[in-house]
Amino acid sequence: MTERRETSPFQLREPARARALADLLRRHAPPDPVRIVHVCGTHEMAIAQHGLRSLLPKEVEVLEGPGCPVCVTPTVDLDRAVKLAEGGAVVCTFGDMTRVPGTRVTLAEARAQGADVRVVLSASDAVEVARKSRGRDVVFFAVGFETTAPGTAAVLLDFPPSNFHVLASHKLIPPALEALMSGPPTRVAAFLAPGHVSTVIGAQAYRSVAERHHVPVVVAGFEPLDILYAIALVLRQLREGRAEVENAYPRAVDEQGNLRAQALLSQAFEPCDAVWRGIGTIPGSGLRIRDELGRWDATQAFPIEAEEGEEKPAGCLCSEVLLARAVPTDCPLFRSSCTPLSPVGPCMVGSEGACNVWYRYGGKPNL
Amino acid sequence: MCLAVPTKVVSLDGNLATVDVQGVRARVRLDALGEEVRIGDYLLVHAGFAIRRLDPQDALETLTLFDELFALEDAPPSGSPSP
Ligand code: SF4
Repeated sequence: MTERRETSPFQLREPARARALADLLRRHAPPDPVRIVHVCGTHEMAIAQHGLRSLLPKEVEVLEGPGCPVCVTPTVDLDRAVKLAEGGAVVCTFGDMTRVPGTRVTLAEARAQGADVRVVLSASDAVEVARKSRGRDVVFFAVGFETTAPGTAAVLLDFPPSNFHVLASHKLIPPALEALMSGPPTRVAAFLAPGHVSTVIGAQAYRSVAERHHVPVVVAGFEPLDILYAIALVLRQLREGRAEVENAYPRAVDEQGNLRAQALLSQAFEPCDAVWRGIGTIPGSGLRIRDELGRWDATQAFPIEAEEGEEKPAGCLCSEVLLARAVPTDCPLFRSSCTPLSPVGPCMVGSEGACNVWYRYGGKPNL
Repeated sequence: MCLAVPTKVVSLDGNLATVDVQGVRARVRLDALGEEVRIGDYLLVHAGFAIRRLDPQDALETLTLFDELFALEDAPPSGSPSP
């Protein structure tokens, strides 16, 4: 869409190399079907936008797992945010979160009924709102993976104003990969690890999953060539019977990751069990605000009954989609009653959700 | 929210950098970075926070990686894998 601009040195889209890579993939097509799972909406978007599925041998299937933070935010947290907004707090969150169906209403619907819900682009914007709204409680509904959580940590550790609170619903990727491998069989042959999450946590973070489950994990960037290259490395590992962590995105990812960001995360949060919408509780996959910072923790400042929410509307196949057991077109509601304008399930809301991406790119993105 | 794009630093003010994102100026916090930043550097930014400095040279080297793979995989088609 925004293709014509000054080319950045970071755009790796050269058709000749893409053809060469695709050719290489075809020559090394596996004898049996393999399912490669990525967990990143940005990967899904790049795959759809550049029609990469059409370049893969037919034996190779690439699916999105639980890679959309908006889609996996549990209804309990969403309902909490709605209640806080209805109770008079200013609730700040990232754009897509306002449109996710909760048990009763979305945050956007709460706003239409008079609640003060604002879209922010960053945790520090939410702190700014709090600074300008003295005398009112401001709650930052914080979602996102290891890429987004350091920003939340940074503002928590920066002595925000006392009317600022964080409703933390951050999620961690390695425990999710672990859960996909430990649950009922999903036929996951290999993972493409999300590039920028890996920038923060380092390639080493996937070692235990790879070893324990004998599953190759290749860290992938987001340019079309990056993705094809990572898939080539996956196929080579499978061919050779290896199950290692390989870094196909060394220009942005190293072994140890961003130590400063990791330090912020561990100063502000401790790991906790967390509920992923459509999946259930995954041990150690969430981040809880440390007690020392409890006065900024919305769950402590405003203890709100957290009822078990309705995780999945009737007929919605989101759980299967999030677990990489189904693709959006398998869902009978896809494009009929479920569309981005009136989403039934969360995967259709988040612009990184598989259903949303497939809808925007016309069904199975396979141009 | 999860979209990270390389941005170019146009000015610096302590913990804050002003960056150019495809022609649009944005303010970015540097607390989560832990690296020196200079004007003209490229930063990978997520939800308003820089998470890594990017070197255009490394992007070029990525192309070499691809070519190495071609060389390796194009050797004997049924050949034995390198260790
Ligand atoms: S199409 Fe809609 S209802 Fe079906 S799985 Fe996707 S989000 Fe759920």
